[in-house]
Amino acid sequence: MSLVLKGGRVVDPASQRDEVADVVIDEGRIAEIGKDLKGDDTLDATGAVVAPGFVDMHTHVREPGREDEETIASASAAAAKGGYTAICTMPNTDPVADSASVVETVWALGREAGLVQVVPAGALSKNLEGLKMADIGEMARSAARVRLFTDDGRGVQDALFARRTMEYLLAFDGIYAEHCEVDALAADGQMHEGELSAKLGLRGIPAEAEELMAARDVALAKLTGCRLHLLHISTAGTVDIVRRAKAEGLRVTAEATPHHFTLTDAALESYDPMAKVNPPLRDDTHREAVIEGLADGTIDAIATDHAPHAQEEKDQELMFCPPGMLGLETALALTVTELVHTGRITLSRAIELLSTTPARLLGLEGQGALEVGGVANLCVFDPAAEWTVDPAAFSSKSRNTPFAGRAVKGKVLHAFFIGRQTVRDGELVIGELV
Amino acid sequence: MIGKHLLSMDDLTAEDITKILDTAESLRQVTDRPIKKLPTLRGRTVCNLFYEPSTRTRISFELAAKRLSADVINFSADAKSSVSKGESFKDTAWTLEAMGVDAIIVRHGSSGAPHQLANWVEAHVINAGDGAHEHPTQALLDLFSIREHFKDLEGLKVGIVGDIVHSRVARSNVKGLVTMGADVTLVGPPTLIPPQAAGWGVDVSYDLDSVLDDLDVCYLLRVQKERQNEQLFPSTREYAALWGLDSTRMATMKPDALVMHPGPMNRGVEIAADVSESPRSIVLDQVANGLAVRMSLLYLMLGGPNAVLSAHPGPFAREGAPA
Repeated sequence: MSLVLKGGRVVDPASQRDEVADVVIDEGRIAEIGKDLKGDDTLDATGAVVAPGFVDMHTHVREPGREDEETIASASAAAAKGGYTAICTMPNTDPVADSASVVETVWALGREAGLVQVVPAGALSKNLEGLKMADIGEMARSAARVRLFTDDGRGVQDALFARRTMEYLLAFDGIYAEHCEVDALAADGQMHEGELSAKLGLRGIPAEAEELMAARDVALAKLTGCRLHLLHISTAGTVDIVRRAKAEGLRVTAEATPHHFTLTDAALESYDPMAKVNPPLRDDTHREAVIEGLADGTIDAIATDHAPHAQEEKDQELMFCPPGMLGLETALALTVTELVHTGRITLSRAIELLSTTPARLLGLEGQGALEVGGVANLCVFDPAAEWTVDPAAFSSKSRNTPFAGRAVKGKVLHAFFIGRQTVRDGELVIGELV
Repeated sequence: MIGKHLLSMDDLTAEDITKILDTAESLRQVTDRPIKKLPTLRGRTVCNLFYEPSTRTRISFELAAKRLSADVINFSADAKSSVSKGESFKDTAWTLEAMGVDAIIVRHGSSGAPHQLANWVEAHVINAGDGAHEHPTQALLDLFSIREHFKDLEGLKVGIVGDIVHSRVARSNVKGLVTMGADVTLVGPPTLIPPQAAGWGVDVSYDLDSVLDDLDVCYLLRVQKERQNEQLFPSTREYAALWGLDSTRMATMKPDALVMHPGPMNRGVEIAADVSESPRSIVLDQVANGLAVRMSLLYLMLGGPNAVLSAHPGPFAREGAPA
């Protein structure tokens, strides 16, 4: 059984393709791309965009440990609905993904769910304590083939530990991924430090808490030659640090989240726990700098930092509620609405940020490209379709989004993972192998 | 118009503030009567929901509500994450709501907790101090106390000295004083003044001696001893030497200038004992006025549409009026 996606705008930055064409999927692969193609089945994609499936470099799946908030299966479902065909899962689970057994469990549960490729990241340090190295080599050589290592949720505070770990990672071509935050400057912070935090009486997290560690890590990446990826960068200073590192030819990459290019600290004015996130929502100058970085190539990827939390945890006083918000099911719409429709980036650049580059950075074969003979990991979305964010309709087990009720443009219509349709007309399906 | 809740001094216009202070002036007479009680809020229930220890504020609110014949419930708890222990803030709010409480007076260590509470309940919410955010009734009683001495707040020079950064009293007072037209100067070490304070419509000085002789009011804030561990200043001794008000310094003040403090005082740190007991100090007036101001606020917020005050015959002639 073959399927032809008829008349969509096929956009694949990897092959620099951007044209109206038909795409034939057969036996899990892309059989043909061209004009007037036929298949056993037809799916009309007129007016829609056919793109490689998105790759999220930054997903918290909460399994093992907090399956009430999210499981690998529910995160996979949320990802598929968001147009993703791969997610890189963060290691701050319980137990922490700091050993081969945990990353292999996550990897295997991902295969079982079968909706997207689940790519576990491993911890840099045992139990994310920043003291002793995690089993980096064993995780790299495990069935999960871990490539990205991070203590995400915390920054590595000790510069010597950071240096040694970077050096050690060279043996495995691993990526040292940093959550840039100097604890001493950020301690007990609830939001971005600025005019508003001073007014609201909330302890601020200064931009410099991120920038100092970013600058330190770039220096250490230069010293060691290790690949460095800066997670969820949020400040103008960090964007500059990455820009300069790239100009110097260092192997430094960075990601930014939809919430950091969409919202500012003004979202905290009503003390809304949904808007508490780490790194915090910054002011407009920083937001603009992040958008500039996404547009000019400084920032390589849009990553969600999808962070599910139970309602009772978010329904607390701001100082007690954990930071984080969902992202998988709103990322495309926010990218299209905030960046593409506003003319800040092209649609092709958006797909590069959501799919092409993250797939390349993570070294994922069969992801991030639409090529004849390649694995059929792709999505179809309507960039003009308007909808309103409704958390109740999410496939995630959690509901913590500050975007509830927000009118957005850009809707995922269909998704295919290894040729199986996972989403049809925006709804999850367990499809047949095409 | 005074709104449903009082969460921040931002909720009040100059007109609102004047109305609250004028009403407090009338209500203060009740305190001088043999029977210190009005029936205005009979049948209404007010809950003091205190997640931080407090003596003066809680007692002041309790007494204010009782003088207006409201039923008063006191609920005190330690603020901690409900996930780790105990009933959540939201469940407590809903419980009070289900019991038909008319007003919740809330003190909480988390800035914004009263805002969250106001989203959950139908009852009136009055902020009795939230984190480092605001303490609006403290500002109202301070404005009342200053007005007693100077009549007009417009153009008065008020220095607020000390730990501005962690102070809810400072934030509310800045807003209230600026709204009423006073000229405010924040004084203290740079570590205790938010760099963004310049945007609050105030002046900032690191040198108490250079501003003291110009002030009509020197408002001293409590210096938390535990702040010393955060390396915000070298020692309480040095703090006292540079920013503490002792009698030598006080002697440089204008003859009619006032000394104020929200309490509790650290004598020997921000204020010398003899200064606190000098005739310039109106610290105890502040406490007494707190009662009248809180009565006024409860009266205006809960008294209903029939409770609009006029100068004559005044609220006291309306004892039979429906609550």
